[in-house]
Amino acid sequence: MAAHTSQSVAKAADGETGPDAGSAVRGRSRRTDGNAGAKAGGKSGGSNRPGLKRALATHWYAWAMITPVVLVLGVIIGWPLVRGVYLSLTDATERNVGRTIGVNHIEATYQFIGLDNYAEVLADPVFLQRLVWTVTWTVACVSVTFALGLGLATLLNREFKGRAAYRMALILPWAVPGFVSVFAWRFLFNRDNGILNKILEGGGISAVPWLDDPTWAKIAVIAVNVWLGVPFMMVALLGGMQSIPGELYEAAEMDGASPWQRFRHITLPGLRTVSMTVILLSTIWTFNMFPVIFLLTRGGPGDSTEILVTQAFREAFVTSPRDFAVSATWGVLILLLLTMFALVYRRSLRKQGEVW
Amino acid sequence: MRRGIAATALVAALALAATACGGDTKDGGNSGAKADGELSGTVTWWDTSNDAEKASFQKLAEAFTAKHPKVTVKYVNVPYGDAQNKVKNAFSSGSEAPDVIRADVGWVADFASLGYLAEVPADTAKKVDAEFLPQAAASGKYEGKTYAVPQVIDTMGLFYNKKMLADAGVQPPKTLEEVKTAAAAIKAKTGKAGLYLRGDDSYWFLPLIYGEGGDLVDAKTKTVTVDNAAGVKAFKAARDLVTSGAAITNATDGWTNMQTAFKSGEAAMMINGPWAVADSYAGDQFKDKANLGIAAVPAGSVKAGAPQGGHDLAVYAGSKNIAAANAFVDYMTSQEVQVQSAKELSLLPTRTAAYEQPEVKSSEMVQFFKPAVDKAVERAWIPENGSLFEPLKVEYTKAITGASSPEDAAKAAGAEFRKILKGWK
Repeated sequence: MAAHTSQSVAKAADGETGPDAGSAVRGRSRRTDGNAGAKAGGKSGGSNRPGLKRALATHWYAWAMITPVVLVLGVIIGWPLVRGVYLSLTDATERNVGRTIGVNHIEATYQFIGLDNYAEVLADPVFLQRLVWTVTWTVACVSVTFALGLGLATLLNREFKGRAAYRMALILPWAVPGFVSVFAWRFLFNRDNGILNKILEGGGISAVPWLDDPTWAKIAVIAVNVWLGVPFMMVALLGGMQSIPGELYEAAEMDGASPWQRFRHITLPGLRTVSMTVILLSTIWTFNMFPVIFLLTRGGPGDSTEILVTQAFREAFVTSPRDFAVSATWGVLILLLLTMFALVYRRSLRKQGEVW
Repeated sequence: MRRGIAATALVAALALAATACGGDTKDGGNSGAKADGELSGTVTWWDTSNDAEKASFQKLAEAFTAKHPKVTVKYVNVPYGDAQNKVKNAFSSGSEAPDVIRADVGWVADFASLGYLAEVPADTAKKVDAEFLPQAAASGKYEGKTYAVPQVIDTMGLFYNKKMLADAGVQPPKTLEEVKTAAAAIKAKTGKAGLYLRGDDSYWFLPLIYGEGGDLVDAKTKTVTVDNAAGVKAFKAARDLVTSGAAITNATDGWTNMQTAFKSGEAAMMINGPWAVADSYAGDQFKDKANLGIAAVPAGSVKAGAPQGGHDLAVYAGSKNIAAANAFVDYMTSQEVQVQSAKELSLLPTRTAAYEQPEVKSSEMVQFFKPAVDKAVERAWIPENGSLFEPLKVEYTKAITGASSPEDAAKAAGAEFRKILKGWK
């Protein structure tokens, strides 16, 4: 996000100055503004850096508009990010960061230790285990969510009685606060007293240890995340479908294309822009989907459903003293992984002629 | 995109956590005490007692105002499971931090070593040494200084449904082997499970490892012992109880499932502590309180051993109202309050003299648990004590659900312990 935003800011700035420098006519026509700006700004000799000054003077309003955003981004994203990266290069824990609590004063004694934390985390087999499961979880969630969302959107993208009611019902999971849904699911999944097992037992099928068996727990967390994610997919894809011109379908029908052919050759290509974006978003969200895992299984049974972010949380908040440095290391690694993914994804899209 | 920046936000949160500390230099003195010595202000108390106990404690806490009319007590119940984390968040950021906490005995050394707790006043410390059970007093100390006053002490026992055991024609089992035979008889007779063994909390692993003659660590020689032969046997015993069908368990929501199973007669026995008595009485099976029986935890191959636990009251070092907070702790650990909680909730007092009171003497639960507490295994009061339970929980759950063999679970727990206890053997 941070990288992306700063890039687009830089791009916007390029866009402003680029053509300006190139076009003599526009440059000349604005020179008067530039002089006015210089006069208003004081009597500084404008000879040393005319380009920058002119840019500032011409687009002062643009800079003024951007400044608060840049400042806010810098404060709420840039600074913590820098600080986090710095922490990951130290051995800071709850015990050695300095603070004063009432009468107790503790000196800051943490030190810069370079890349040791990264070496330690990457050498630990736990990282690979978590990464493999995180990727599996992300791919499974996103592909199932996308497939279901696409199916539901196709079903809803036609006139029929009570369409609004169906849409409302399908949007509902999204309207419920995440933790409420997850806790509700936790009750449903309860092995001894949960309603799912009561239903199964009523049907003569033995109870399933939903959250007590590593494999079932993995299926359970994926199911809940899909349940939570489908409405978003559906709405986004439905919007995409409705923007496909109806004439295309009419023309195809005239040519004798079957419904499958129409779906395959009109709907899917028409949805490409939307679906590429929602897949990217959904991938990033799922990769870092802390609440579902944490609230449903706490990473368990054992540590079998622990993903990278819940592991980072564990390092920072569960064991004592809290290990700020190692947790920051996990955070930075997650950020790097996602940035790499976004770059590769964007490149592969660009090859197909889609740029966002 | 909001959630897309979770990683950044996490980093941000960490950075803030690290930087937000410090800065506020409160005098830490007795700003709550007026010149005439009368206390005033607000004391916020974070209580970790469970649903069945909290109403009682709230009533007791708020009665403090009768003694100090100008002090307002703000009672907050924080569920035990989340409490350690919440308390640390509040203490490290300083905002909205409670003045007094009810800390599990395993947390005191940790909080004290991190500078979060204020030492108790000298006269209170003397009282703690003179008037409290010595093993309870030990839990409130860190490096020779007293940081907390013991509120209740406890240990674990075998809770059993007298009627179900009688129906199956078995006596309360004394060893794990007897648990298995009793469970088989109960299953044959009533179709219900013998024992509920809590699988999502490693505290319930302690009676098993003590039963095999082991322990988590040996603080004297700075040795991790969870992965020695006794430790491995304990993991095996846990797994064996489940695979043999003697015990049922869950890897999530263990507390609720355990209490539900025991109260409704789905399981005839459970291992639990005095904190579960009030809740158990609320169940269908124990409308007649006499149906609840308690015995010593079943022995392993070596002995029967249960951990000494309990809760201490401690004052936050950054509290703006330390004088009033200390007075509140004195009150909550006074004999009269302890006798009340023994009477209403069957919790064990920490004051020696409280056991002479008729209300305490007449409580059947106290009568059982007091001798048990005297024999309970005292844990190592090291700062890392609380932290050991988290990795142990992961391995215990893995072993009990069969996701990992007892040997691997013991080995992995040992390795995690050595990561936490740097430099230990």
